[in-house]
Amino acid sequence: MALDKNQIAQRISKEVKDGYYVNLGIGIPTLVANFVPDDISVEFQSENGVLGMGPFPYEGQEDPDLINAGKQTITTLPGASFFDSAFSFGMIRSQKVDLTILGAMEVSEKGDIANWKIPGKMVKGMGGAMDLVASAENIIVAMMHVNKAGESKILKNCTLPLTGVRCVKKVVTELAVMEITDRGFKLLERAPGVSVQEIIDATEAELWVEGEIPEMSL
Amino acid sequence: MIDKRVKNAKEAIAGISDGMTLMLGGFGLCGIPENSIAALVDSNVKDLTCISNNAGVDDFGLGLLLQKRQIKKMISSYVGENAEFERQMLSGELEVELTPQGTLAEKCRAAQHGIPAFYTPAGYGTEVAEGKETKAFNGKMHILEHAFSAQYSIVKAWKGDHAGNLIFRGTARNFNAPMAGAGKITIAEVEELVAPGELDPNEIHIPGIMVQRIFQGDHYEKRIEKRTTRKRN
Repeated sequence: MALDKNQIAQRISKEVKDGYYVNLGIGIPTLVANFVPDDISVEFQSENGVLGMGPFPYEGQEDPDLINAGKQTITTLPGASFFDSAFSFGMIRSQKVDLTILGAMEVSEKGDIANWKIPGKMVKGMGGAMDLVASAENIIVAMMHVNKAGESKILKNCTLPLTGVRCVKKVVTELAVMEITDRGFKLLERAPGVSVQEIIDATEAELWVEGEIPEMSL
Repeated sequence: MIDKRVKNAKEAIAGISDGMTLMLGGFGLCGIPENSIAALVDSNVKDLTCISNNAGVDDFGLGLLLQKRQIKKMISSYVGENAEFERQMLSGELEVELTPQGTLAEKCRAAQHGIPAFYTPAGYGTEVAEGKETKAFNGKMHILEHAFSAQYSIVKAWKGDHAGNLIFRGTARNFNAPMAGAGKITIAEVEELVAPGELDPNEIHIPGIMVQRIFQGDHYEKRIEKRTTRKRN
């Protein structure tokens, strides 16, 4: 069975290690925070100017001066801090943030990512994504393997305007976990009950398959 | 102490005229200068170039200036959530320059700090880099970006004093801090304006030298764009 969005987030949460500062993008990446185990110490950064984000507030306790980069109301945890937007991207550019998890419309086998514009259809802007992907050392993309029309979003070359080049390290989709290597996409894990052939069929790019591919453990 | 006080928003925006470039603080609707925006709407000033991370929503924030076609050009990083904005952009009525958020913030900070230009890796290899000078540092490609040049910066803070010293609250600091002093004239509106000496100098985020006009705003709506809550157990 292909994973649902929460399961994709759950699988990605296993990449979050003790002592990490993590930036989560909008959508599936935001859900990752729900699955990080309690026995490790992690701080979430939001590029609008907060480190140490906590869960959403209880109803009635929303504070208009306290939001995340997705403009949702949030809370802070003990040890949290606030800073301005320039400082926020300073810590991103200087690689103080250990892991960036974001969504994508397309990813290429070179590690290029497109997620901010569909010419003639949708132009919302790149927000902080271009800064994040240009500077982060470790970038994991959470996305769907195919679009609504059934076309692969895991490509030899991106067709949409790029957000960044040669930056994505790992991709987690509803079907698979893939690593981006010098040889392109390497299949690491498959979703429970999904065959290697099904993943190959849903992937436009060449997929490097070596040996037995284990099922993900969630 | 140099007194920066003006009576109200109307007095604060005096001198802002057609065709000028303004910086406006805020992220989404968080920390936007509500009173100054309302005064700009009332003033009917037009053909503005607005540097602001976002463009408000249809009926609040910069959306109010868009509705009255007072904005000629927006320089922003993210402009979703605003149907009128999208309509004007697609029809060509509104010019839009999309800039990566960190670059946008640094272009403000560079102006604030008297730095004419800087290199950043953000946008290298994308359409953002088109026509810009590039250079490798430590084996990594960067693009040259220039400081903004704006006649006015309009920021919103939580507390301020007569000398123009500012303290922000929570994530409302965002672009308000790097825009303060980045324009030739900086207008600060605050929720609470106090006498000099009442703010602890250790806690000032922006020193008053960066601010030319300050006033206490009224009737802050502080609208929440995406109210998100969790259930009590």
